[in-house]
Amino acid sequence: MTLADWLIGLMWVALTAYVVLGGADFGAGVWDLVAGGARRGARQRELIEDSIGPVWEANHVWLIFVIVLCWTGFPAVFASVSSTMYIPLTLAALGIIARGASFAFRKASTQLGHRRLYGAAFAGSSVLTPFFLGTVAGGIASGRVPRGLAEGDLVTSWWNPTSALAGVLAVVVSAYLAAVFLCADARRAGSVELTGAFRRRALGSGFAAGAVALGGIVVLRYDAPFLFSGLTTVALPVVVLSAVAGLVSLALLARGHFAVARVPAAVAVGALLWAWAVAQYPLLLPPDTAIDDVSARPEVLAVTLGVSAVGAVLLVPSLVWLFVLFQRPARE
Amino acid sequence: MSWPVLAEVTTPANLMAARTQMALSLGWHIIIACFGVGMPAITVFAEWRALRTGDETYRLLAHRWAKAMGVLFAVGAVSGTILSFEMGVLWPGLMETYGQVIGLPFTLEGFAFFIEAIFLGIYLYAWDRLPPKTHLLTGIPVCVAGVASAFFVVCANAWMNQPRGFDLENGIVTEVEPWAAMFNPATPPQTVHMILAAFLVAGFGMASVYAVAILRGRNDRYHRLGFAIPFTVAAVLTPVQIGVGDWAAHFLATNQPVKLAAIEGLYETSQGVPLRIGGFYSDGEMHYALEIPNLLSLLAHWDPNATVLGLAEVPPDQRPPVNIVHWAFQIMVAMGFALLALGAWALIVRWRRKRLPESRWFYRCAAFSGLASVLALEAGWVTTEVGRQPWIVWGVMRVEDAVTPVPGLVAGLAVVTGVYVLLTVATVAVLRRLAKAPLPLAPQEAETGDTERGEP
Ligand code: HDD
Ligand code: HEM
Ligand code: HEM
Repeated sequence: MTLADWLIGLMWVALTAYVVLGGADFGAGVWDLVAGGARRGARQRELIEDSIGPVWEANHVWLIFVIVLCWTGFPAVFASVSSTMYIPLTLAALGIIARGASFAFRKASTQLGHRRLYGAAFAGSSVLTPFFLGTVAGGIASGRVPRGLAEGDLVTSWWNPTSALAGVLAVVVSAYLAAVFLCADARRAGSVELTGAFRRRALGSGFAAGAVALGGIVVLRYDAPFLFSGLTTVALPVVVLSAVAGLVSLALLARGHFAVARVPAAVAVGALLWAWAVAQYPLLLPPDTAIDDVSARPEVLAVTLGVSAVGAVLLVPSLVWLFVLFQRPARE
Repeated sequence: MSWPVLAEVTTPANLMAARTQMALSLGWHIIIACFGVGMPAITVFAEWRALRTGDETYRLLAHRWAKAMGVLFAVGAVSGTILSFEMGVLWPGLMETYGQVIGLPFTLEGFAFFIEAIFLGIYLYAWDRLPPKTHLLTGIPVCVAGVASAFFVVCANAWMNQPRGFDLENGIVTEVEPWAAMFNPATPPQTVHMILAAFLVAGFGMASVYAVAILRGRNDRYHRLGFAIPFTVAAVLTPVQIGVGDWAAHFLATNQPVKLAAIEGLYETSQGVPLRIGGFYSDGEMHYALEIPNLLSLLAHWDPNATVLGLAEVPPDQRPPVNIVHWAFQIMVAMGFALLALGAWALIVRWRRKRLPESRWFYRCAAFSGLASVLALEAGWVTTEVGRQPWIVWGVMRVEDAVTPVPGLVAGLAVVTGVYVLLTVATVAVLRRLAKAPLPLAPQEAETGDTERGEP
């Protein structure tokens, strides 16, 4: 493995963390959207607020980390993607503003009208942001972002069948993760009713995610044959892993093992990303830009990997503490 | 390479829109970021006093400030995320070539953000999950990481002023020394000046809120302490900041003389140069300025007869717009000295009478100190960034070679401006509500009955 391979690997680990953890935070916003009227949905919204309040900022930093690693390690890729994808990235950025800000504003507000307004902004942007980020991924995977500044089509690069599929998949998968995570939180909060509600949702969105992913294979066959052939050959084991993990998580949910179900659910989603990576390796921007064509100088890669290793020593225990702390009941 | 295409497609209007959008989002983020750097330390101090003395007022203050921090951090994080998108969306030419050169400080900044966000989550939400001492300790990583992120990101900006640590061949970077790029000559003055600025903005900003409350007659212990703590921090650091500003100006005299010439509106390189205050620059001359003989030479080189380089040293297309830079600098310095005077006023009263000033005029001025420090901050950045024009990387890459060739940036600017207007309105409204929310009655204050309403 070259240094560039290690760095792309690190980037993919960070991206997986963002999709699983950050994705669940977006998904919680999706459930917030459909929680019903102010009174009926109040308890669900409260649970969502309590669950994601302490952690969403830390989860969000994964995205920033991915972006920074990208421009450090693969500057030409960063420049190509962000110039060709000007429109969806700008929309996703605005969605991120609306999501983060309105979540904090809602928490700090007491009047019903204000809470409704911020709540709507929070929930709406929780759907739009993963969708647009997904369209970017779909555009890259289907080979629509050539190397160079704004060399790709500014509209069809992200408005195409594969992008639409990836956008919808991002939203559904986020909703599924959130529902799985919230089941256990609801049980800990001692609410039978909420636990049941989120279990139904987790099962429903789990099946939906599976259906979108399966149906997606047909789309890819016609719209991104290169990706399709990768997914059905070298990456097939990873695809199977994702499917099996998904089924296991649904079985565990059905039997009420909520805390354990989180693991296969995360694996199912993470494996989708790794399947994509394996399918197109060693290309970074299909159809013809490989990792080694666009990586930064080796001395930069080495320093980046080095400081990341040192940083991880600080980061990992802190993150573990954060998650463990809020999974325990509060002291009286 | 795509350079020729680039130059063809980017219109002046698009370039202007990109610069304006960048300036708007940076200028917005930086205000919030200052609170992210300064406020945790001030809050942790109040919590520490509460623990040490058992004084309920300190505890109430720490709680209030933590609430406001929750809101400010959220908008700080999202407005910062937009910036990292914009680095690519607006300036892909810069990032394609130099992303790897300035990647190191940004990577380190990523870790600082992680630590900050993790411990902030704990600090804000775990009051009832941790013993009081442990809770206090979780505030410390937040303070350290906040200062660290300011340091790292300003290293990247300093590199744009003093690009080092790379070799260039035909527009392609062939050799990189990431540490040399990060610790470039502009790093020390710029980072120190910025971190101090953050404490001034946070300190004076928080103090202004209580100054307003005191003017409205809520002159109880809660509000006096809420005023005194942040005000003292900021007032003590103001003279230091002015000293560091002088260092920054010296630095420019030797390392970025064109920027200094723009700051002073100096056209011809000359000896024994006067300092010019106010005035308007056109056709190579400063009109209507107040001149103090030999002072610029003295300030810039510690010698009243020293030679100071002028704008004429470089061709016209390499000169920054003088009036903007000159006036921005004047505003920063004026605000700096005004804040110094305000701090001195409080200090003298304290020293003579052992208490806070009582004059309403003092609190009227203090109520504006937050605005004044924000003004100094923004003006300082305008000096630095506009004074760097037309270069995005000083002497190496021009802004028009860095901007994206994508059409329609003007429309993008309009949308982004609209979003920032909404965001500003909502942030101010929410913070005001927080400030006006009634205080929970503290046991020992309920008797004296002097707490009804509080500030954040
Ligand atoms: C509260 C904020 C504040 C205050 C009171 C001052 N400054 Fe400042 N100044 C900044 C906040 C700031 C800043 C926003 O933080 C800048 C922009 C970039 C930087 O590194 O710091 C800055 C930049 C900056 C620069 C340009 C540095 C460069 O381009 O490399 C100079 C020469 C000065 N300052 C000088 C001064 C002087 C002589 C002051 C004395 C009154 C002063 N500043 C007060
Ligand atoms: C420390 C981090 C910062 C970085 C990395 C940075 C980077 C940039 C970049 C890439 C541009 C666009 C290119 C150019 O016009 O030269 C720019 C422009 C600008 N920035 Fe900064 N900046 C930073 C901080 C700030 C802050 C805090 C402000 C606050 C006001 C600011 C004000 C501006 C302005 C006014 C412009 C437009 C200059 C012009 O077009 O004339 N910058 N900056
Ligand atoms: C002088 C300029 C800057 C300073 C002092 C500064 C400081 C900070 C601080 C202290 C935070 C933590 C959040 C908060 O306190 O509200 C923050 C957030 C952030 N900043 Fe800046 N920043 C500056 C400019 C920039 C620039 C130029 C970029 C990107 C190119 C940037 C990207 C970010 C990002 C991505 C976050 C969010 C981190 C999170 O999610 O916690 N900042 N900044």
